[in-house]
Amino acid sequence: MNTAQHKGLFQAALLGPAFKAAFRKLNPKTLLRNPVMFTVEIGTAVMLLVCIWILAGNNTQGSLAYNAIVFFVLFLTLLFANFAEAIAEARGKAQADSLKKTREETPAKWVQPVGEIFVNEVKIIPSSQLKKGDVFLCEAGDIIPADGEIIKGLATIDESAITGESAPVIRESGGDKSSVTGGTKVLSDKIMVKVTAAPGESFLDKMIALVEGASRQKTPNEIALTILLAGFTLVFIIVTVTLKPFADYAQAPITIASFIALFVCLIPTTIGGLLSAIGIAGMDRALRANVITKSGRAVETAGDVDVLLLDKTGTITIGNRKATHFYTAPGIGEEALIRAAVLSSMADETPEGKSILELAGKDPLQYGIEHPEFVGFTAETRSSGINFGTNRIRKGATDAIRNICMQAGNLFPVEIQERVNHIAANGGTPLVVAENNVVMGVIELQDIIKPGIQERFERLRKMGIKTVMVTGDNPLTAKFIAEKAGVDDFIAEAKPEDKMNYIKKEQSAGRLVAMMGDGTNDAPALAQADVGVAMNSGTQAAKEAGNMVDLDNDPTKLIEVVEIGKQLLMTRGTLTTFSIANDVAKYFAIIPALFITAIPALQHLNIMQLHSPQSAILSAVIFNAIIIPMLIPLALKGVAYKPIGASALLRRNLFIYGLGGIIVPFIGIKLIDMIVSLFL
Amino acid sequence: MNTEILGILATFLIALLLALPLGKYIARVYAGEKTKMDFLFNPLDRLLYRISGIDAKREMNWKQHMMVMLTINLIWVLMSMLILMCQQWLPLNPDHNPNMPADLAFNTSISFVVNCNLQHYSGESGVSYLSQMWLMFLQFVSAATGMAAVVVLFKAFKARSTTQLGNFYTYFVRSCTRILLPLSSILAIIVLFNGTPMTFDGKQEMIGLQGDSVAVSTGPAAAFVGIKHVGTNGGGFFAANSAHPLENPNYGTNMAEMVGQLIIPLAMIFAFGYFIQRRRLSWMIFGVMTIGFLMLAIPNVMQEMNGNPALTAKGLNNTMGAMEGKEVRFGAAASGFWSIVTTVISTGSVNAMHDSTMPLSGMNEMLAMMINAFYGGCGVGLLNFFIFIILAVFISGLMVGRTPEFLGKKIEAREMKIAMIIALLHPLLILAGTALTVTMPALGRATVANPGYHGFSEILYEFTSSAANNGSGFEGLGDNTPWWNIATGVVLLLGRFLPIIGPVAIAGMLAEKKYIPEGNGTLRTDTGTFGMMVFAVIVIITALSFFPTLALGPLAEHFSMP
Repeated sequence: MNTAQHKGLFQAALLGPAFKAAFRKLNPKTLLRNPVMFTVEIGTAVMLLVCIWILAGNNTQGSLAYNAIVFFVLFLTLLFANFAEAIAEARGKAQADSLKKTREETPAKWVQPVGEIFVNEVKIIPSSQLKKGDVFLCEAGDIIPADGEIIKGLATIDESAITGESAPVIRESGGDKSSVTGGTKVLSDKIMVKVTAAPGESFLDKMIALVEGASRQKTPNEIALTILLAGFTLVFIIVTVTLKPFADYAQAPITIASFIALFVCLIPTTIGGLLSAIGIAGMDRALRANVITKSGRAVETAGDVDVLLLDKTGTITIGNRKATHFYTAPGIGEEALIRAAVLSSMADETPEGKSILELAGKDPLQYGIEHPEFVGFTAETRSSGINFGTNRIRKGATDAIRNICMQAGNLFPVEIQERVNHIAANGGTPLVVAENNVVMGVIELQDIIKPGIQERFERLRKMGIKTVMVTGDNPLTAKFIAEKAGVDDFIAEAKPEDKMNYIKKEQSAGRLVAMMGDGTNDAPALAQADVGVAMNSGTQAAKEAGNMVDLDNDPTKLIEVVEIGKQLLMTRGTLTTFSIANDVAKYFAIIPALFITAIPALQHLNIMQLHSPQSAILSAVIFNAIIIPMLIPLALKGVAYKPIGASALLRRNLFIYGLGGIIVPFIGIKLIDMIVSLFL
Repeated sequence: MNTEILGILATFLIALLLALPLGKYIARVYAGEKTKMDFLFNPLDRLLYRISGIDAKREMNWKQHMMVMLTINLIWVLMSMLILMCQQWLPLNPDHNPNMPADLAFNTSISFVVNCNLQHYSGESGVSYLSQMWLMFLQFVSAATGMAAVVVLFKAFKARSTTQLGNFYTYFVRSCTRILLPLSSILAIIVLFNGTPMTFDGKQEMIGLQGDSVAVSTGPAAAFVGIKHVGTNGGGFFAANSAHPLENPNYGTNMAEMVGQLIIPLAMIFAFGYFIQRRRLSWMIFGVMTIGFLMLAIPNVMQEMNGNPALTAKGLNNTMGAMEGKEVRFGAAASGFWSIVTTVISTGSVNAMHDSTMPLSGMNEMLAMMINAFYGGCGVGLLNFFIFIILAVFISGLMVGRTPEFLGKKIEAREMKIAMIIALLHPLLILAGTALTVTMPALGRATVANPGYHGFSEILYEFTSSAANNGSGFEGLGDNTPWWNIATGVVLLLGRFLPIIGPVAIAGMLAEKKYIPEGNGTLRTDTGTFGMMVFAVIVIITALSFFPTLALGPLAEHFSMP
């Protein structure tokens, strides 16, 4: 899927179907959704009638060739606009198809239920016959036939088909990593999965259908913009219709072709033709970033986000904390501390525990401990360790170890306390090690901040977005990391409800909040957030609650999503400006052309010195038609967003698309006129 | 520098210097804060409330505000028709002027109630002194209606999130007693001391230089002239309006009357900034409006001062400028400048005949009314400008990558719908009215004094003036016919109340929305860049709507000149 990103905008394979679709979309019922292009279609139909009228012998409307060309150009205008939408849809569909391919028919090992209990009688059925609630079995080498939740077992799964990420992931029953996706492959072990959605109706399937454009609905901002465009169209209906009596009064008769040309050139066909393509392309760009959006609205909202809630782990820091230093207590040798640390971490499967062994560089087995008894970490003791013989080694949070030592009547060394404070103040996490209730020393764990993350936060700040780090760390550590990474605020010792409260607080102040989450715990907050991005590896509940799903499970994706949203809105705004600014030049082409014959004095308005009234009108309609396909690449790629502050951005876009929109058609129409006049 | 130009500059600067402190005062008046004049006005207002049974403390939402506004306006129209149609039998009619016919009374009543004062009658022979005084009353209340409506909008942007937007009656009464009454009195006294009559006696005999006896109409004109300018009404006491020596005796009063009509529209801009505590926004609005104003006024002054090339071609002396239809005591520059002041602001009083200005000057006068938002009338100018702000905010908001918002409120489909309807209405009224009239030669062409393009301009001007509630006339048009009276009457009504209700509705809806604090990514609306955007939106919408029509009128006339 990632390879799709490198392909050009117009893949040859997409052009054919898009071209066909452009004709299919000529159906007035379909076009009615787009008031601007619908009126163009009416104009085209009128021109067709005029051509027939001339064939039938009328001679007041100019030559057949001229009228036929006007008709043909208008027809092209319609096709171009339809093509823009079709190509955007085709790209979305191509993207969706490649996703769907991974979800094709696969044999499913269906577990037959007998009464209330499931017996292990497995029957092979096609995946399409699975229903919601069914249970199936997957073993190493099997393709998972449907979306579901693991109810038993643990397995490594290759999700590269969906995420493009080759490293296998572990999924297990219970907890936040229990969800599996149809089309992915089980590499090892055996899992029992309960179907959460029948094939073809899963959450992802529904979202893919949205991307394809079939069930796309207009977003609120798109509706408002359509109202604006419809308003402009109405203004020009009034202008064109009233021009007839005015021209009669001035004894300057106007042909039907001129009226239609004037009208079609003035209404904002450029943005009208590209509007839906822009919207589809926005969702498509999100999809290219491997984010599936539930609605176009979510992408639009992303552009408005004011506050970004980011988990520390994985987003701001690389993975987990790592042990970086051993500090001995007074009178304790370094070797003794390392031995204690290594032994206590022997059975510690947490990344922190493993990193201690890594730092020590010692194999715990070399100490030749016999009959070890491991003590696991509990929230109550807040420490873990090992017992062997008479030895009892513990490592854990400072106050937990201090309590153990004090209760045994031993002192907690001042040097250690100072060291602990020092580590915490520098963003580290201190782990104190004690052997037989005597403090041996401290292990320093440090977070490693992702390279380049400061620049990304700086960019967000320039966009006007506040970043908030969410972490389970204590406030001191959190503050240090927050400052170092450059986030604006943090939630320390965060519980799921803290996230929720923070979001509510920001929302009540009128801000829009985006967050990313994966666990069932996160579901309420994801639902509460204005933009909730769920990780694909997350639970079904989380995915249902959010309004986007990130297939890569990449927490930094939020930042990209925000930029995609902003791009979408900007593309709409700039093309609207461009489209309306174009009218200035078109007026100077058409108005003199309409009246010059009857009122020669108006030749002064022909500032472009166009060849003749007919060439002027043809040039204007031709320019109006070809500007649409010329802008399709921009509509699909989107206008580049630069975080330079709103006013500077407005100035820049106003200069390029406003001023450009005024100047470009003057040049374009003049050039076309020079060519057209060769044939007249 | 040319003294004529110096006179214009001085007029504008005096108006601006007076408008700044006045804006602060107006903001305090509407905010209900203490002012130095309270000792006088508090008892007066309380008396008015008691007589009318108004509960001045009752808070209203935007719909209630608009209901009150429509109701009191309806009552005035009805009362007005009654008085005008019965004036012959009522007191204070020393010149024995007859009752007004129904269609003219309809037109006159509406036109005074909507602050337009399109006068299809002449003051000397068409109305009694009682009617004149009633019309003077309407000049107060129509100005106060516009001002009270815009204060609803002020209030909507002051509060963070509310439906309660104050009390319409208090805004209205305060506008009358604390702003319009003192200012118009000052102007009335100035013109009174310069010779404008203030009497209830009838016509006075005068022996002219040639020895003929002339009956000169007089009346309580000074008071009328005061409010006609301060309230941006423009309805003249005499037919010739401010070109009449008794309404505008000399260059000094001419300056005073121009300052008088500029002062409240200018002050309202600054009052907005003081009221919602965003003074930079006021300067943005002022900047955009002033640039627009100057772009219309400067060409007019230049063209009128340069004179008519057709006359120069015939070898006639043209050094005084194009003096056809102008008063020698004002000169070409001051008349050209006035022609834009009075059309940009919806005053519509004239000190020279616009029909006789150069073709492109005539176009600028029409453009001023087609835009109708560069300063604009008392209160309503800002309301019209607000629609353009909404459209500009929508497009430029998108261009900075956010869904559009203005002063912390999101602009969505509902607001866009209203804004678009209002933006559409103005060209619709003007173009459809003109189109209907030209398709009916008996009603249209027959009433036009000039043939060709100029005749077309006369019709176009009349509808433009009506839709903009301006009230100035291109003259040369026999406009006292049932068609003109009724057609313009309807246009006046639609062109007045919808553009008041629309913006107030948008403001009311925005007031109910959640307030979004401004951040780095928010589009600031008080900057020069945004001002440019608003300006571009205004110019483009107007140009796009009216360019073809203007090409057939003033542009064709201009290019046909030798």
